[in-house]
Amino acid sequence: MYGEQTSQIQPGIKVIHVDKRFGKVSVLKDITMEVKANEVFGLLGPSGSGKTTLVKLIAGMAEPSNGEVYVSGVRMPNLNMLNNIGYMAQSDALYSELTALENLAFFAALVGLNGAVRKQRIEEVMQLVNLANFLKRPIATYSGGMKRRLSLAIALLHRPQMLILDEPTVGIDPVLRKSIWDELRNLSQSGTTILLTTHVMDEAEKCTRLGMIRDGQMIAVGAPDELKQSTGSQTLEDAYLVYGGVRK
Amino acid sequence: MRVRSLILRIVRQFFHDKRTLALMILAPLLILWLVALIFNGNTYHPKIGAVDIPRHIVVSLDNQGAVVQSYSSNAAALNALSLQKLDAAISFAGGVPHITLEGSNPSKSKTVLLLVQKVLLQPANPAPSQMQPPVIRYLYGSATMSSFDNFGPVLIGVFAFFFVFLIAGIAFLKERTTGTLERLMATPLRRWEMVAGYVVGYGIFTMVQACLIAWFAVGVLGMMMNGQFLYLLSVTLLLSMTALTLGTLLSAFANSEFQMMQFIPIVIVPQIFFSGLFSVDNMAPWMRRLSEIMPLYYGADALRNVMIRGKGFSAIWPDLCVLLAMSLVFMALNVFALRKYRKI
Ligand SMILES: Nc1ncnc2c1ncn2[C@@H]1O[C@H](COP(=O)(O)OP(=O)(O)OP(=O)(O)O)[C@@H](O)[C@H]1O
Ligand SMILES: [Mg+2]
Repeated sequence: MYGEQTSQIQPGIKVIHVDKRFGKVSVLKDITMEVKANEVFGLLGPSGSGKTTLVKLIAGMAEPSNGEVYVSGVRMPNLNMLNNIGYMAQSDALYSELTALENLAFFAALVGLNGAVRKQRIEEVMQLVNLANFLKRPIATYSGGMKRRLSLAIALLHRPQMLILDEPTVGIDPVLRKSIWDELRNLSQSGTTILLTTHVMDEAEKCTRLGMIRDGQMIAVGAPDELKQSTGSQTLEDAYLVYGGVRK
Repeated sequence: MRVRSLILRIVRQFFHDKRTLALMILAPLLILWLVALIFNGNTYHPKIGAVDIPRHIVVSLDNQGAVVQSYSSNAAALNALSLQKLDAAISFAGGVPHITLEGSNPSKSKTVLLLVQKVLLQPANPAPSQMQPPVIRYLYGSATMSSFDNFGPVLIGVFAFFFVFLIAGIAFLKERTTGTLERLMATPLRRWEMVAGYVVGYGIFTMVQACLIAWFAVGVLGMMMNGQFLYLLSVTLLLSMTALTLGTLLSAFANSEFQMMQFIPIVIVPQIFFSGLFSVDNMAPWMRRLSEIMPLYYGADALRNVMIRGKGFSAIWPDLCVLLAMSLVFMALNVFALRKYRKI
């Protein structure tokens, strides 16, 4: 189909008529969307609307029941592509007996980082999430926010072309959140494509474009200002409520 | 290499969780030691049937702690013996004591013999030189075996199997329940690499465990060892491998540690029954054949061949092959079971 040829030249994410069913329950219905290179694309939607499910399909962790997903022109799931994707799960998947350093070293080795490069990258990402002083601590002694930050650090380790972040800033304080967002913008300016899910409106404002998901359907896509305009709302929150069916 | 990093991670996790490490390595030793204590102890009061023997011998047998019962004829005593009501029957023929032992339990036989010998050599009896040595017969078994020798090899197999099964299974399960397995599916780690990493990572500790158990059983507990140590080691190791691969495979069908525990009565206990600790001769033939699908049956058979019968590679290779084949099948099935998480 068209994805095969066109997306070859055009990096980014393409989701084409994707359905996802778990048994008989249909969780995603005919989702078509596109994330262009260098974009920061935000997925907004109520709890249970299917954001995580969609994001997992794009990260190649599951297969769509129908339809196609392309990342940088490669049909997902694809093992080689996974080296170019940095994924941060909604719930932290860390080895709690191990120290942060051991966790980082493990995930770094899985994506092919070794030796001096690995050491340097580990230092850089831990500096970024402000955890450099806690490298040697076991994860079991980390707070919730610290675990979130470590998960983010792991996603950033191998400088992936594509960052897929599932609610990255939950449990992170405003100061740190700002510095993380600064870094995300830097990354996107230097060519990283970023797809994230969020419930925080001021974060949604910062995205290049937003996708609104409700009941497994993509009900609107556009820049934050466009979404506000088309619903006649002053704030993004109002727009969200309109799309969410709470306000008419 | 990805498998190597997985192995390294597993080793590190183990060193952070020293208690589990200790359980896997020391618990089998502790239990073996306890069993050795129980079956090498000497507090048993043997039941002896006396057929027409001098009154003073009966009294001194009694004094030595035996439970003596008189029988009118040899046939009656032998009958009681075969019904396992007695441990031994004593009669005199032409002044020579005849001792018939039930014999299936070596430690009881030993107790009886020690006791009878003591009584017959007492000064109240005729001088030892005049006394003919007793004639000893066994109904079952033989003279040189101890019970621990008899089922020790099976126990080595059972404990090596049990602890590795449980610990490897739970570790793999934890990878599922904490979401790290799913997270790994967002990395280029292949399914076979995942399984291989676990086999080698845990294999390292399994190897340490196998060496320790084998050394402890032979070197410290002094279990009968007629074969070569290397064979003992390779059987133990392969058996543990089977436990490791089976444990990780079955963890796919458990949703919690508690459910993993539920595999003990289903997977472990039947194997113990069929491994030779208990006689299955009274079982229906078709049920006896169930043992052919049980890893522990092959492991125990090979261990007995090596330790008791002193046999070499030519006798145990079929068992080793079966264990190896089972491990490979379990690994392949596990790679397949991981399809649930990622098809590629
Ligand atoms: N493995 C699964 N099996 C069955 N149903 C599932 C599975 N995973 C998700 N679902 C269902 O799919 C729907 C969407 O779930 P999803 O996790 O994608 O929501 P979400 O938008 O990420 O929600 P939240 O904002 O709370 O994280 C939910 O109704 C959920 O129950
Ligand atoms: Mg979610």
